Parts: sequence; C-alpha cells; structure tokens
Amino acid sequence: MNGLDGAWTRRWIEAVAAEVAARKSELTALDRAIGDGDHGENLDRGFQAVLGKLDSLDSQATPGAVLKLVATTLISTVGGAAGPLYGTAFLKGAMAAGDRDELDAAALVEVLTAARDGIVARGKAEPNDKTMVDAWTPAVEAASAAGGDVRAVLEAAAAAAAEGAAATEPLVAHKGRASYLGERAIGHRDPGAESTALVLRAAADTA
Amino acid sequence: MTVGLVIVSHSARIAEGVVELAAQMAPSVVIAPAGGTDDGGIGTSFDKVQVALATAESGDGVVVLCDLGSAVLTAETALDFAGEPERIRIADAPIVEGAVAAAVAAESGAGIEQVLAAAQDQAPAAEPATAAAGASSPEGAAVLEVELANEHGLHARPAAELVRTASGFDAHVTVNGVDAKSMLRVLALGLDHGATARFEATGAQAAEAIAAIERLAGEGFGE
Repeated sequence: MNGLDGAWTRRWIEAVAAEVAARKSELTALDRAIGDGDHGENLDRGFQAVLGKLDSLDSQATPGAVLKLVATTLISTVGGAAGPLYGTAFLKGAMAAGDRDELDAAALVEVLTAARDGIVARGKAEPNDKTMVDAWTPAVEAASAAGGDVRAVLEAAAAAAAEGAAATEPLVAHKGRASYLGERAIGHRDPGAESTALVLRAAADTA
Repeated sequence: MTVGLVIVSHSARIAEGVVELAAQMAPSVVIAPAGGTDDGGIGTSFDKVQVALATAESGDGVVVLCDLGSAVLTAETALDFAGEPERIRIADAPIVEGAVAAAVAAESGAGIEQVLAAAQDQAPAAEPATAAAGASSPEGAAVLEVELANEHGLHARPAAELVRTASGFDAHVTVNGVDAKSMLRVLALGLDHGATARFEATGAQAAEAIAAIERLAGEGFGE
C-alpha cells in the first residue's frame, strides 16, 4: 500500500465514532473527575452527527474533503471546548491534505502536524498543561521520526498518544476547567488527551 | 447605528439575562444572546454564535463578551469563519460588568475600539467616596458639586445616564477623581443616597459638559 485515500478517511472516522460511542461513559467519567463531566456525551453527539453527514459526501471524496466535513460538523454539534478544538484540528488537517487523492507517509505527518498546531493556536495550551496537547505533541514527534510507510507513521503516532495521555495523570492542569482544581487534578487522566489517543488509535487500526 | 454586542454563555438563561440587564441601559444597541447548545443544554453553540454575530452587526462592528473558556474558543472559531473578522472583537472581560460597560459605551456612539476598551476597563477597588472630594482641582477646571438625591445613589441606571452624558462632550470629565466616561469606574465609587459627587471637567467643552451634568442631576439622573 502506498497512500491512504478518502475511503480510508471514512473508515477511520466511522471507527472513531464507534469507539467514542462504546467508551462514552469512560470519557465522561474522566471528565467528571476534573472537568464538567460532558466530554464523552459531547464527542458522541458530534461524531454521530458526522456519521449522518458522511453519506451525503461524493463516494470519490478526497481525504481533505472528508476531514473538512468532520471539522465543520464537530464545531457545530459538540458544544464543549472539544468542539472548537477538534474542529480546528480536523480543519487544519483538511487544509494540509489539500485536494490530494491519497495521503502518503509524509503527507500524513503534515496533516497530523497541522492538526496539532491548530489545537495549540486555538487553546493556547503548552506541553504539560494536562490537555490534549500532551497526547498530540508526542504523537506528532513520533510520527515525524517514524520513517517507513503510512502504517508505521500512524502506529507510532497512536502509541505515543496513548503514552502521552497516561503521562497526564501526575500533572497539575493549567488550562480548562481542571485548572480550577489545582493539585486535586493530580492522579486523574486528562479526558481530551485520552480521546486524542482514541482518535489516533482508530487511525492506525483502519490503515 | 451603534456597535453591536454578542453575549456568549454556556447557559441560555445567563446570556438572555445579561442581554436584559445591559439593554436596560442601552436601548438602541443591538445585543444578541448566544447561550447554551443547539438542543438547549449547557455548552456553547457555534451556530448560535454565528447567528448572533450576524444579528448584532449593523455596520459598525461587534464586540463579543464570553463567560467560561470554551465560550471563548467557540467565539474565536466563529471569527475564523467570519467574512470580515476585523469587524469583530472578543473582549477579555467579566461577562456581566463588561457587557454593561460596553453597552453604555456603544449607546453613546463610541467606535468598536472604544467599546472594547470600555468592556476591558478594569474597575478599581472602590475608594471612599469622600477621598477625592475637596482635593485641589486642575487649574481652569469647571467644577460642580451635587448631593445625590437618588434613593439608591448613583447605581447602574443613573450611572449609565451620567456616562452617556459625559461621553457626549469633548472634555475630560471626572466624578470624585475617576473617569466619568467609564461605567465600571463610576459604579465602583459606590456613591449612595446623600453622598456628595464632585464633577470636574477640563478641555474644549468643559463648561458645556458640566452644564449638561447639572441639568441631568436636576432631573435626578433620569429617575
């Protein structure tokens, strides 16, 4: 296999929607501990809305077109901070993908980097602030260093995101609702970092 | 035409309540609420923010007031999609105080940058009302001292009348030492019934400003 096409992009997003639905309660429980307890429900509402709209896309839609549809739908339907953050990530990813029919390993790194940069620009969080940036940044670094084919890139990103999410547990939060809790946030995993790991794991598993 | 305002809150009722409060002091300003999610839950809606931005834009730009973090994110995302983002400013201000101050500034015909500055003007800690009274006046200042007859002193509505009146003149106007064109600073004085308000004005229209404030005081600041 060389590149990943629009059909893969759909499979990826459908897998994300299924995983979010299955793990909705788990994500919400993480958020209830240190946030406002709606991350799972919000993401599930967003990705279910995405599923409803995927059918309206042309069957030949490019990866960029699929990602753009995901972006605009999430921005309109998620309702919490995750909406603008994931929406911006997918939108910047779509712009990086452009009108290419297939994404090769280098293009995937560009898409992931643009997504991460979009989240940083939108949320203004830095590494170790106990946010989704703590999953995205190691994922982008691992993807850049991976070499090899698209599978190797996505597998490296997914593994690094999972490690990054786990590494948020001992941190004090500096952004978002969890920052109000100070040291009481220690010991809890950041829900946005965990959902990031979920999204990137789905990308690797469908490639 | 005035600058419009958009109130972005996680709660539809907060957004509507802030609109209700601010509109009382700014009857001709379009203030559009964007509270809650599309299905009426707690959260912010990109679509509601977009609709509110379009509603509030009457040609002079829009200032946006937000409550908690993701309201700001949603507003910033809407800006990314706006046709003319330079006509929209997101205020870094507390939503209630900022909305009231911005509404009063917009009502007095201020431009978008002035409305934004009014919203972001940090109210200082209230000083004793007498602190500035009796202090030496700048040379050539027009001065007026008034004992406040209003039952609740210079509270929000009469304060808004004062700010609107003072803003209409090319003059630097103070009340007990603070900028009489700043809603938040006037309110922070906490001037109660019977307190003495000392107005001082300098600049080209100083005398006219003081005369107008004297008329306003004679009318009980609109009450």
